[in-house]
Amino acid sequence: MLQVNNLHAQAGEKKILNGITLSVNRGEVHAVMGPNGSGKSTLAQVLAGHPAYQVTEGTATYEGQDLLDMEPEERARAGLFLAFQYPVEIPGITNAYFLRAALNEIRKTRGQEELDPIDFMDLAEERLKLVDWGPEILGRMVNAGFSGGEKKRNEILQMAVLEPRLAILDETDSGLDIDALRVVAAGVNQLRRPDNATIVVTHYQRLLNYIVPDVVHVLAGGRIVKSGGKELALELEAKGYDWLTGGPRAA
Amino acid sequence: MTTSYLTDFETSARNGGSKSPWLTGLRRSAIERFAAQGFPGAREEDWRFTNLGPITSRGFPLAPLPATAPTAEDVARFLYSIPGGSTLVFINGRFSPHLSIPAVQVEGVTVSNLAAAFATHGRLLGDHLGRYAKIEKSGFTALNTALGQDGVFVHVKAGAAMSGPVHAVFISDGSTAGSATYPRNFILLESGALGGVIESYVALQDGSYFVNAVTEAVVGEGARLEHSKIQRESEQAYHVGTTHIQQERDSHSTSFSISLGAALCRNNLDVVLNGPGIEGQLFGLYMGRGRQEVDNHTSILHASPNCSTREVYKGILDGNAHAVFNGKVFVTPEAQKTDAKQTNRNLLLSDRAKVDTKPQLEIFADDVKCTHGATVGTLDPLAAFYLKSRGIGPLLGRKILTYAFAAEILEELPYPAVRSGLESLVSARLEESAEA
Repeated sequence: MLQVNNLHAQAGEKKILNGITLSVNRGEVHAVMGPNGSGKSTLAQVLAGHPAYQVTEGTATYEGQDLLDMEPEERARAGLFLAFQYPVEIPGITNAYFLRAALNEIRKTRGQEELDPIDFMDLAEERLKLVDWGPEILGRMVNAGFSGGEKKRNEILQMAVLEPRLAILDETDSGLDIDALRVVAAGVNQLRRPDNATIVVTHYQRLLNYIVPDVVHVLAGGRIVKSGGKELALELEAKGYDWLTGGPRAA
Repeated sequence: MTTSYLTDFETSARNGGSKSPWLTGLRRSAIERFAAQGFPGAREEDWRFTNLGPITSRGFPLAPLPATAPTAEDVARFLYSIPGGSTLVFINGRFSPHLSIPAVQVEGVTVSNLAAAFATHGRLLGDHLGRYAKIEKSGFTALNTALGQDGVFVHVKAGAAMSGPVHAVFISDGSTAGSATYPRNFILLESGALGGVIESYVALQDGSYFVNAVTEAVVGEGARLEHSKIQRESEQAYHVGTTHIQQERDSHSTSFSISLGAALCRNNLDVVLNGPGIEGQLFGLYMGRGRQEVDNHTSILHASPNCSTREVYKGILDGNAHAVFNGKVFVTPEAQKTDAKQTNRNLLLSDRAKVDTKPQLEIFADDVKCTHGATVGTLDPLAAFYLKSRGIGPLLGRKILTYAFAAEILEELPYPAVRSGLESLVSARLEESAEA
């Protein structure tokens, strides 16, 4: 589904990704872990097409297409979804309007009919259950005045409505209390299907107790320094990152 | 270019004029004032950002009667259906009873056209008219006072409440091209009274006409006023309007000013807080495109202690449009514990659009909380990326984010029918500019 090969990216003059190689297949969950500044969030944002980063080298192929040649909205319409670490507030636009506009753009690309507000509400109310929310959230302005936890939950609601093929969760767990974490993880798990894939970017192993990965990658200095099974996450939890990154407590 | 107006004055004084000596006197002194001072010039501080040339370089004679009287169907698109509300329609400055929808009779409430009120409420008007929007303020106000014949009149006696707002619709039809109308409105809410007035300025056809409007509103002790002005003139027209809100102690007023039309629009809003415990809210939204010029000058006089005002004006400028915002807040030495907050935010959708924004706080009391903030910016690229990452492309994204910017003001509009009407207008306008 996704093949990333020797990906280099920078923000301005600052090199952040220094040759990432990664392959994600349908039905898999990959965890990307690493200390602060390792480049894991940048990887997520580069894959979604964030304008702050320039790709200087390498390739990324998504479903046979050159991902890096696609506009961010084309990537989204092709089924890629980024759950933002810091979701953007858009006062003045309701969640319902925003979600329906996004869904209809994606449906148009898929050759499906656009949903009118009534059909959309039926669908949205169904998906709200995945994040344990009532319909009143649809009338609120997009993320405006939301708590940190509500914002993350709203990202998962968007994911539930848009039904991506490849979802990238960028530190969706940060700032969540345990109940919110459970709700978010349950939502993600219910959206797992054999034909879609998830990349979970996280600093902590905690989320991976709920969303169990098939593969764990550890990033340091903009490179993947180790990949392994889910037990690697537990090892990181016990030993920290320094043994892999050559930090102060490296043996 | 003042002579044609003097001729207009003599003509209208001959053809009927007024039977009340006070009104004849007021109009006479107004035209004399105008003859002496003319229109404001670019050297006057209050007018230096706006080129009045298109208005002052030629004469606009009084608008003629409409060639063919518009029908109810013609004007339906300008009206709002508001529970308990009423509608007064003016065509080319003249009251049109057959297109108007009278209010439910409520004890203590008079809603009529001003020309009728000169007969029924002559004494009250004699005491108030011209006392707040003074002819010395500018040549435009003087000219309106001299030539203004009609508009909306509202009088709500102490403790009474209007059943709903009155919507005064000033319609210019095609025959007004090259001519002028002078809407004149007066609102008096006595102590504890409740009232709402909506003024709409609209056009049946495009045309380069001139509207010079003045509204005086007196909000008595503990009274509440909701005032909205919706300027949707032809984009070839000229509109200069002054709204003066005079508030007495413990009163409350909310003012909305929405400007979408006119080649050149200047809105003056003067709010005077003349007693303690007053609250005032001022909301404004202006949109410019093409070569539109839109200028909002607001002035709030905090002349008493313990008053609070909140002002939010937002502008959206596209094409070669130019906007001016000038927000004066004047706090006298007596006005301790004043709480005044002013915000002006501008969104530029084109690199040729331009904004001059100038907050002007003059504070002579020491125990006050006065803040102001002015911004001029473009759409937030992070928000645009957020929308893109959800499949929403740049054109629709721009429309959504621009609409969101305007929505903060529209949401505050008190009547759902007006709010949804304006939401559709703003939305349609963003659609058009996305296609342009």
